[in-house]
Amino acid sequence: MTKGRFGVHGGQYIPETLMNAVGELEEAYAHYKEDPEFNRELADLLNNYAGRPSRLYFAERMTEDLGGAKVYLKREDLNHTGAHKINNVLGQALLAKKMGKTRLIAETGAGQHGVATATAAALMGMECEVFMGREDTERQALNVYRMRLLGAQVHAVDEGTATLKDAVSATFREWTTRIDDTHYVLGSVMGPHPFPTIVRDFQAVISREIKQQLAEREGRLPDAVLACVGGGSNAIGAFYHFIDDPSVRLIGCEAAGRGVDGFETAATIATGRLGIFHGMKSYFCQDEHGQIAPVYSISAGLDYPGVGPEHAALHDAGRAEYVPVTDDEAVEAFEYLSRMEGIIPAIESAHAVAHARTLAPAMGKDQIMVINISGRGDKDCAAIARYRGEDLHE
Amino acid sequence: MSSIQAPAARPDNAPAAASGVDRVARAFVSGKAFIPFVTCGDPDLETTEELVVAMAEAGADLVELGIPFSDPTAEGPVIQAANLRALAGGTTTDQVFQLAERVRKRTDVPLAFMTYANVPFSFGVERFARRMAEAGVDALILPDVPFEERDEFSGPCRAAGVSFVSFVAPTSHDRVRMIAREAEGFVYCVSSLGVTGARSSISTDVAAMTAQVRQANPRVPCAVGFGVSTPEQAAAMAAVSDGVIVGSAIVRLVVEHGRACVDPVAAYVRTMKAAVAAVEN
Repeated sequence: MTKGRFGVHGGQYIPETLMNAVGELEEAYAHYKEDPEFNRELADLLNNYAGRPSRLYFAERMTEDLGGAKVYLKREDLNHTGAHKINNVLGQALLAKKMGKTRLIAETGAGQHGVATATAAALMGMECEVFMGREDTERQALNVYRMRLLGAQVHAVDEGTATLKDAVSATFREWTTRIDDTHYVLGSVMGPHPFPTIVRDFQAVISREIKQQLAEREGRLPDAVLACVGGGSNAIGAFYHFIDDPSVRLIGCEAAGRGVDGFETAATIATGRLGIFHGMKSYFCQDEHGQIAPVYSISAGLDYPGVGPEHAALHDAGRAEYVPVTDDEAVEAFEYLSRMEGIIPAIESAHAVAHARTLAPAMGKDQIMVINISGRGDKDCAAIARYRGEDLHE
Repeated sequence: MSSIQAPAARPDNAPAAASGVDRVARAFVSGKAFIPFVTCGDPDLETTEELVVAMAEAGADLVELGIPFSDPTAEGPVIQAANLRALAGGTTTDQVFQLAERVRKRTDVPLAFMTYANVPFSFGVERFARRMAEAGVDALILPDVPFEERDEFSGPCRAAGVSFVSFVAPTSHDRVRMIAREAEGFVYCVSSLGVTGARSSISTDVAAMTAQVRQANPRVPCAVGFGVSTPEQAAAMAAVSDGVIVGSAIVRLVVEHGRACVDPVAAYVRTMKAAVAAVEN
């Protein structure tokens, strides 16, 4: 098996032009992850700039309402820039800077990763260009403005379905054009090795904190950890330090869109099959001829036809479960958490909240569930209002 | 080398004597090769068939047949759009195999498939390679499969007698030696950073790249692609390599002329072949 494999998944399926670039990245990462000075700088950024550790909040009203497991919320939405994306971006931007790069490029779906990258670029005095599907620039206009405000250039991508997968393709194309001074800050646990490993390591802070915080509060491990899965970075971050604890159920919630029986879905593990795309072998939504399917979800951040290779391997091994959640269920959960706990979650995170509403009542009152609230929902308010037939003028 | 004649089209009843590997080698034996690319099914498969035969008659030494893929990440806008048009027209991998069979009955020109890893992977790599051999397609080019991942594809290709083509790029540096040593058929030398598509100038030191390939493996020919569109560029690239690959400029003629593209493309191929053939070996 070649480098960067998770079971049969992963690998480096990219043009020759990029092979030395990923090789240099792998070497630099291997060096700096063991470098005390790098780790001190990163810890300082995470704590004093991004606001870590994020809170682990006991959702008492939700727990009472659901009448089953104790529900804790891991509040990644409270991070600077409003999502878990900043954990990975600060790590990669610092690494890029150490490598002598002066320019960051990134894809973005909902805009959270683009905003986080633009933020890190501003902080570190680097150039930044973000590629975003045309359709997403319209769904998430506020985030486009935020990126520009932070000094980034935003390119609307018109190719293909004009959503996240096309933004990823456009960013890879841009990287092959300009490599020397440029680092591609990949936003999820996907793409060619070493990205799935680097991004996972930078996001693993989530499960490290959950484990410690819950040990302090409850003196034990959780029984279930839930997170939404698009590419899967917040989920792998929330799962990672529990993988070797078999008593902890790990549950990834995929975007089923209008349902897994139709074509308007983005639930890769429920509907996809093994393939090779965007640098990795993994599961992809595709037709019988291997053409990548045009996927759909109300959530721009989960609207991706693939899933990270480590998730694919966790699925194969039966270590993690993956469940589809529809637009309707996610929107109801978005409203539910807002009213029940005064927390407006990102529509992406609302997919995990939706499944928690089904699962918690089926669990015992002595059991504990943690939901990763990967981001805040302010960005989604206009879209959810539209979904409910209300037109907001922002 | 300026007197090279276009290879004659093979009569219908001629036996398919050459194996894929032999046929690829033949593309480079009589001087500098000109290698045009077309996306199969753009504007339709009937036109593609006529195009390939006409390009062979016009002097093409090897023809690259692009099997359309939904997300061709190494392509610039011209070939991306051609891929999507071909898919929108309903082109499938099976139909492209049938097209190749029809083409093979009409010409002996060496043929290569150019597509993305998921197309053969989804078809089943071994079945795909066998089907290539049956259809008379001689080489497979997958721009998203680098040296490290090649065994999964090159093994089944070798078993079927099909060449699996390797790439070197301006960023390959210390990798060239390793790639060239194990190269089969020909080495696809990427002229420039970035994706496919015409460029006004090529700034990379292609001569240094091809010299490195030849030093590591004197037996394998080097063909240069990406960014070549004019006869002058083709001649300059041919001077430092064994052949020149042109894709986007041809696809652009196909877009411009639609089903009437066969004559203009054949004329273009004749011009380019003449420019390449005029370069001394």
